[in-house]
Amino acid sequence: MASIDIANIQKSYGIHPVLHKVDLKIRDGEFVVLVGPSGCGKSTLLRMIAGLESVTAGEIRIAGKRVNELAPKDRDIAMVFQSYALYPHMSVARNMSYSLRLRKTPKERIATVVAGAAAKLGLDPLLERRPRALSGGQRQRVAMGRAIVRQPKAFLFDEPLSNLDARLREQMRAEIKKLHKDLGATSIYVTHDQIEAMTLADRIVAMNAGVVQQVGSPLDLYDRPANLFVAGFIGSPGMNFFEGTHHVGDRPRFEIAGDIGIPLDAPAPLANNAKATLGIRPEHVVLAGHGPETLLATVDLVEPTGFGIILHLSLGRAGFKAFTNDRSFLTASGTIPVHFPTHALHFFDGEGNRV
Amino acid sequence: MRAKAAFLTVAHRLAILAYIAFALFPLFWLLKVAVTPNDLLYSEGIRLWPSRASLEHFDFVLRHSAFPVFFRNSLIVSGSTAIVVTILASLSGYALSRFRFRGKYWLVTLMLLTQMFPLVMLVAPIFKILSPLGLTNSLTGLVIVYTAFNVPFATFLMQSFFDGIPKDLEEAAMIDGATQFVAFRQIILPLTLPGIAATLGFVFTAAWSELLFSLMLISGNEQATFPVGLLSFVSKFSVDFGQMMAAGVLALIPACLFFLLIQRYLVQGLTAGAVKG
Repeated sequence: MASIDIANIQKSYGIHPVLHKVDLKIRDGEFVVLVGPSGCGKSTLLRMIAGLESVTAGEIRIAGKRVNELAPKDRDIAMVFQSYALYPHMSVARNMSYSLRLRKTPKERIATVVAGAAAKLGLDPLLERRPRALSGGQRQRVAMGRAIVRQPKAFLFDEPLSNLDARLREQMRAEIKKLHKDLGATSIYVTHDQIEAMTLADRIVAMNAGVVQQVGSPLDLYDRPANLFVAGFIGSPGMNFFEGTHHVGDRPRFEIAGDIGIPLDAPAPLANNAKATLGIRPEHVVLAGHGPETLLATVDLVEPTGFGIILHLSLGRAGFKAFTNDRSFLTASGTIPVHFPTHALHFFDGEGNRV
Repeated sequence: MRAKAAFLTVAHRLAILAYIAFALFPLFWLLKVAVTPNDLLYSEGIRLWPSRASLEHFDFVLRHSAFPVFFRNSLIVSGSTAIVVTILASLSGYALSRFRFRGKYWLVTLMLLTQMFPLVMLVAPIFKILSPLGLTNSLTGLVIVYTAFNVPFATFLMQSFFDGIPKDLEEAAMIDGATQFVAFRQIILPLTLPGIAATLGFVFTAAWSELLFSLMLISGNEQATFPVGLLSFVSKFSVDFGQMMAAGVLALIPACLFFLLIQRYLVQGLTAGAVKG
C-alpha cells in the first residue's frame, strides 16, 4: 500500500491540452473517485498514473518515488479495465495468476494466493473456465481477482461497472466497497456515475474539461458544491438553478424572470442588484406555503418513482423539480404553494463560483 | 410456410452444389487425365472417367522424371518464403497497428505503391540486381524476391488482425508486469493465430504457384521449382498430358496438407470473451 502524489500534472495531445495543472495527494489506503462527464480527462489522468500515457509536465510519485519515466510493469499497481481485458486464451486461474507467473512466484504460493482470491470473490467453481464461458458479472469478478492477487501498491479502476446492468452494478458496487474495507488498499476509481462516486469514495475529485473543479468528501460536494458544475453534476435528480438578481433591503429577495421574487430570510453574500444563480436541491423544496409572500408553482408533470415522487413544476418561465415522499402529491395539478428555505439555498456568482 | 422453407433449403443446397461442382471440375479433370493411360487419352473421346485407369503416369513422374527435385525446390522456396514473410509481416503489422511514429503515413503509401506495378515490368531490373550478387539460378534468390513481393500485402493483412485485438489486453498485460514485447508474444500473438495461419497459407500458395520469376531467374532443372518443372513435360513436338497432370495432382498434395493443418486456426472467434460482448 502506498500514497500517491500528483503534482502539477499536465497532459496535451500535440497542441491540445487535455489536463490543466492537476494537483492531488492521495493518502495511503484512501479510496478516491475521479468523477466527471466523458472527455473531462479523468481516464487520461488514471492512465497516466498507470503509466499507459506519458506525462507532458509535472510529477507523479507513488510511495514517495517519482514514477514519470517508469514502465507500467515497474510501478507495482493493478488496474481493472472497463472492458475487463481478460486474456481470452487463458483459463480464469491462469488469468489471475499471470502477473505472479511473470514475477516467477513459486508455484505453491501462486496456488494459495489464487485460491484465496477466488474464495473471496466466489470464483472457485469457475477457475478452469475460459473468459468466453463467463457472464458479465463473473468476468468483472475475475478482473478484480486478477488485481487483488498481486497485492499491489494501489488499485486503479477505469469505469469497471459501466458494462453491467443496473442490478449487478449495485451489487458489485457494494462488493468493491467491502473489498476495499477488507484490503485497505489505496484505490483510484474513475466513473461518470455520480451515485458510484457518492457511495464508494472517501474523497471525490470532480473534474470538467481537464480541470479539477472540487476535491472533498461526498457530502462536502453534495452540501457545499464549489461551483455550478459540481452543483449540477452531483445529485439525482439534479439541483435546480434560477438565474436572477439579488435584492437587499428590508425585504431581501432573489428576483427571477417574470418579476417573481423568492423571499430570503437574510441577504446572501452578494451585492445589491448583483446578477447571480440560485440553486436548490429538489428534496429541499418545501411543498407548502405560509404568509403573503407564498410562491405558487404550476404543476407540469408528476413522476412517481415508488421510492418517492418527482414533481416537475414551474415558476413563471423557470422550470424546476421537487422531490417528496408524500404520496398525496400523486394527484397534484393546477398550482401548489412552494417555499424555498433560505438555509437550503446555494448562490453562485456571475462566474459560476459559490458565494 | 413449411413447404416454402423446405424449398428454400433445397434451392440453397443445390446452389452450393452447383458452385462446388463448378469450382472443383478442373481438379477432377486433372485427376481424370492423370489416371488415363496414354493409349486411351486420345482414342476414347470425351468421357467423365476412362474405361481403364492406371497409375503409370504417377509411377513415371516419381521414378523417371526430375519431378522430385522440382517438388523439393518448391517446398523449400514456398516454405521459407511463407515463414520469413509471416515473421516480418507480424512485426511490421503490429508496429503499424499499435505505434505512432514519424513517416508512418509515407511508409504505408510506399508499401501500397509497390503493389501497383505489374510484375513483368520488374523482371529485368530484378535480374540485373540479383545477377552480380550470384543470386540468379538460386533458391535463395527466389526466396528473397518472393519475400519482397509478399511482405507489403501480408503486412496489411496482419495489421488488420492486430487492429481487431483490443488494446486493453496488452495494456492489462503490461500492468500485470510484462514488457511490451512479452505482452506481444504471450498475449497478442496467440490471439492472432488465425491471422498468422491465413498469412502463412496465402504466402505459401502464392509462392507455390509463382511461374514468372522462377522461369526468368532459374535456368536448368537443378534449381527449378515445380511450376517451371511442369513446362519440361512440354517438348518441341508433343505435350505429355498424362505425366503433366500426374505431376499437377502430386503438387496439390502439400497445399492441401498445409491448409488441413492450419484450417482450425483459420476459424475465427478465438478472441470471444476477451472484452465485453
